[in-house]
Amino acid sequence: MGFSARLVASAFQATLPVILGYFPLGFAFGLLFVEHVGLPWGYATAMSLIVFAGASQFLAVGLLAAGTGVFEIAVATFILNARHAFFGLSVLERWRGAGVKKFFLIYWLTDETYALMTSLKAPPESKEADFHVLISGINYSAWCIGSTAGALAGEASSFDTTGMDFALTALFAVLLVEQMRQVREAFPFVLAFLAGIATIVVFGGANMLLISISLSLALLIANGARRGWA
Amino acid sequence: MNGYIWAVIFAMAAATFVSRVAPFVFLGRFAESPAIRFLGRGTPPVILTLLVIYCLKDVAITMAPYGMPEGIALAVTIGLHALFRNALLSIGVGTGTYMAIVQTGILVG
Repeated sequence: MGFSARLVASAFQATLPVILGYFPLGFAFGLLFVEHVGLPWGYATAMSLIVFAGASQFLAVGLLAAGTGVFEIAVATFILNARHAFFGLSVLERWRGAGVKKFFLIYWLTDETYALMTSLKAPPESKEADFHVLISGINYSAWCIGSTAGALAGEASSFDTTGMDFALTALFAVLLVEQMRQVREAFPFVLAFLAGIATIVVFGGANMLLISISLSLALLIANGARRGWA
Repeated sequence: MNGYIWAVIFAMAAATFVSRVAPFVFLGRFAESPAIRFLGRGTPPVILTLLVIYCLKDVAITMAPYGMPEGIALAVTIGLHALFRNALLSIGVGTGTYMAIVQTGILVG
């Protein structure tokens, strides 16, 4: 592939805010992983390297600790990441013909990387796909190095992580606020809120995620079809 | 445990990759369809709302401390995010607030 040093430097500069976010969040994931799952640090690193999906990995810590089934974890991961599919739709055209780089652009696609790619312009005289693959790769590295450092720190010290799992709640709350800024329509939020509460009341908390998401999406689709997808 | 963790890692990797590659493989020709656009707009709010509720589902609001640690930490997170729009700051300070409350036990009477 061969990237010029100048392009690497400008990609690094562009994604510095994301690096500063991914490293500590990865660190928190690694720390929680060794503490709650009780496996050596290498597994936290392996999960970050192979899966590379922040929110799902945080969610998986709790599910692994509870001994949740493989299929259930896979379904939860898929649902949580389904939003990536809609990111991909808007970059389809721009990545046409990127060749082998396209594989990495897809593999490394995250909320933050997507936000950078859609809001920043590649430096002149460079290929957009090169700039994008560099940003994606740097972010991927920051996450993997951060989780490894956190897992090692968790093994080396007896840091009290009680309450640290609130990071997942806070992460979702922040993403929710961002959605509220973008989607200026109360309906999907209110629908999901009511469906979520109703599911907990009727079915309890254990299988809440799958039931309430299916219910809400069915109602969302029914309403969309009725309104002609407007 | 060993087989279980590897099965989970690879199942999660497959599920994540499928969600990322889906539009390139299946949805390409439907990208402009109104139904897909509608779902693209409506799905993230639904899922994120439910994830926040999911994270808070085990909070006992009828017993002391009546969900106050979660409520305070959530207000800090959202308030900071509304003000500065810096995700790391909001998540870091919000989580730190929660850890401080539960570790010191100041709200457990």
